[in-house]
Amino acid sequence: MEQNYGFFTRLSMAFKMIFSGAYTRTLLQPVAAEPEVPQVEIKEHNQDSALQLISLLQKEGRLVDFINEDINSFADEQVAAAARVVHQGVKKALAEHVSFTPVSETPEGESITLAADYNRSQWQLTGNVAGQPPFTGTVIHKGWQVTEMKLPAVVEGTNLNVVAAAEVEL
Amino acid sequence: MSEARFSVGIDLGTTHCVLSYTEIDNENQQTQAILGIPQLVAPGQVEQREALPSFLFLPNAAQFDSQQLALPWSQEYPVTGQFARDLGQKTPDRLISSAKSWLCHSQVDRRSGILPIDAPEDVTRLSPFDASKVYLQHLHSAWQQQFPDAPLNEQQVVITVPASFDPAARELTMAAAAEAGLDHAVLLEEPQAALYSWIAKAGDNWRVQVSVGDIILVVDIGGGTTDLSLMAVSEEQGALQLTRIAVGDHILLGGDNMDLTLAHVVAQKLAQRGNRLQPWQINGLAHACRSAKETLLSDNDTQQVPLVVPSRGSSLMGGSLRAELTRDEVQRVLIEGFFPVVPADAAPQKRGRAALSTVSLPFEQDAAITRHLAAFLQKQKQASEHLHGFNGDNANSFMHPTAILFNGGVAKADNIVTRITEVVNSWLSSEQDNGLKVLTGIDVDQAVAKGASYYGQVRLGDGIRIRGGTAAAYYVGIESAMPAIPGMPPPMEAYCLAPFGMEEGTEANLPSQVFSLVVGEPVRFSFYESKTRREDQPGTRLDFWSEEELTELPEIEVTLHSDKYKAGDTASVQLLASINELGTLQLSAMDVNSDDHWQVSFDTRN
Repeated sequence: MEQNYGFFTRLSMAFKMIFSGAYTRTLLQPVAAEPEVPQVEIKEHNQDSALQLISLLQKEGRLVDFINEDINSFADEQVAAAARVVHQGVKKALAEHVSFTPVSETPEGESITLAADYNRSQWQLTGNVAGQPPFTGTVIHKGWQVTEMKLPAVVEGTNLNVVAAAEVEL
Repeated sequence: MSEARFSVGIDLGTTHCVLSYTEIDNENQQTQAILGIPQLVAPGQVEQREALPSFLFLPNAAQFDSQQLALPWSQEYPVTGQFARDLGQKTPDRLISSAKSWLCHSQVDRRSGILPIDAPEDVTRLSPFDASKVYLQHLHSAWQQQFPDAPLNEQQVVITVPASFDPAARELTMAAAAEAGLDHAVLLEEPQAALYSWIAKAGDNWRVQVSVGDIILVVDIGGGTTDLSLMAVSEEQGALQLTRIAVGDHILLGGDNMDLTLAHVVAQKLAQRGNRLQPWQINGLAHACRSAKETLLSDNDTQQVPLVVPSRGSSLMGGSLRAELTRDEVQRVLIEGFFPVVPADAAPQKRGRAALSTVSLPFEQDAAITRHLAAFLQKQKQASEHLHGFNGDNANSFMHPTAILFNGGVAKADNIVTRITEVVNSWLSSEQDNGLKVLTGIDVDQAVAKGASYYGQVRLGDGIRIRGGTAAAYYVGIESAMPAIPGMPPPMEAYCLAPFGMEEGTEANLPSQVFSLVVGEPVRFSFYESKTRREDQPGTRLDFWSEEELTELPEIEVTLHSDKYKAGDTASVQLLASINELGTLQLSAMDVNSDDHWQVSFDTRN
């Protein structure tokens, strides 16, 4: 007989399958006493900050304009000029609002050993993944993590879906 | 004032305002923090920034919904800060910028609504005074929001002004602060604040870096103005003493002029290729030139920086304008244009002004900052004479500084700092003197606010305090008593009211001159200042002076209202000058026949 799982239960089982080891364990700690019915909280997404970020990247770096243009119809020179606007502006927008640091202190190309309790959300294993930790391998990508993110406060009633208002010159 | 918890420094800048604060702790020296200032950055979006751009935008009534301009503490009108600046890029007629420069513009009524000068009919214009008040109110609210338990007016608040501000501009700044709810604020000159910041940063080490006999030249080149001061290091009872011995004139030249100049150079280059630019593109270019300039002036390996003026429409690749700024152009236009190598006896060039001109700020006619600097040092060659321990050796044709401290955004460009230092060194070596020590380590964007906050602590406790008093002597004009000669105005005498270097909290000795004043209506006097006559005492009368010695200031005004006199009567008064604890000059008229006295106002044009 097929068991009738609720939506969230099914989702949580899916998560359980995706996430390996310790991450799942920490996430599931509160319900560890009943391992047969694992449950996780799924956060409802508030899209406000994503919209704000798009708006910032458009305002400072014209990112939405850039992506929506047909790149094939322009010469490399024109694309390069536009890319400078995007690069400079996006860089500025991110520098003002987001702080990044690399995940790995070990430089790319060098060898690293991950202990059994390594943080599964910070490190992703690829290639010949077999056996038991500790795992030794080569850092391919140093990774990035956001240490701080500060977005403008939003006044109630502001329509954030308009990431760039249309401009009309009088 | 009750126990202040914080010492707060406010840099009320021409292009940016910054607020720095320090918790007052008598046990430990605390470092100066910067207040994040909430401001609109987009409609309905409020962000904390470390600086509040000194811009006001006066939107059309139908331009925004009210909630789009809401701040945590109020609905905002006019728009202040970053969003005002952004809006003004595209709608310059409704933007107020450089209000502070207007505040020391003696040819206009600083309390009447004149800004923006080119505003359309529907705009209710603001006065330079109002604009300063709005910035201070904004900072006040921002503070209160973050420190609800520490009312700002109960803290030790220091507001900085250019050293070159005249008494009227200082008084207006204090009045604006009082109307913004800060009636205990104290004034401090910006170059002094920069030096305090350097001392705070250097700690006890500052006594090693400068020594007795040093004269420190502070060069503060901000967005809109250049401010010069000289500070002397002397010794008193075994302790080092700092004295501000001279300040320069108000020079309306700064980084913004440089960006705009570069933009025009690039625009010309584009015009030769057949591209005629529209005004919005020039603005965009100036914006692009700012960062390109900083790269080219700090990184000697970069030969050119590409500039792109993005299109206004959504086609970025199709509509953008490309150009480039080269190292040679920056060298020729900025270094040679604004900082040319000139001899020590150089003087700023003057050209005749057109008879008709629109009301505007009195921008400098000579863009060469090094020439202004040369003129300043020539004028102040005797500035250290009266100080103990400085020899009055006047074989020198100009004041020889021994150290230099740079401040202001332009000081971020290494090549400019190097050029100025080289030019002054060439002057020094022409008179067989050693080169300058360059004092470093301050954060040029925040040094003024941080130094002001440090000074607030110094006022309350120990720490070195820069002395100086007034940077000028003040005079009132009296018509000489002589028979009238047709066609000739009676010659004027200048009567000294306040001596150079009058300290805070002191009064000038009462001059014995008695003036007759009509009661019940405003009476006006000519008013002069001198930044070089250090020997004149209250009561000194001058019947001759050169144009360089005495500068005429806006007239001063006094209105006598008294029960003791009928309107139209004449009262006999003596004028008394004093400097209050807050650092502003006050003049009062004392009735010689009663104990009545009246306040004299420096700002007469209303």
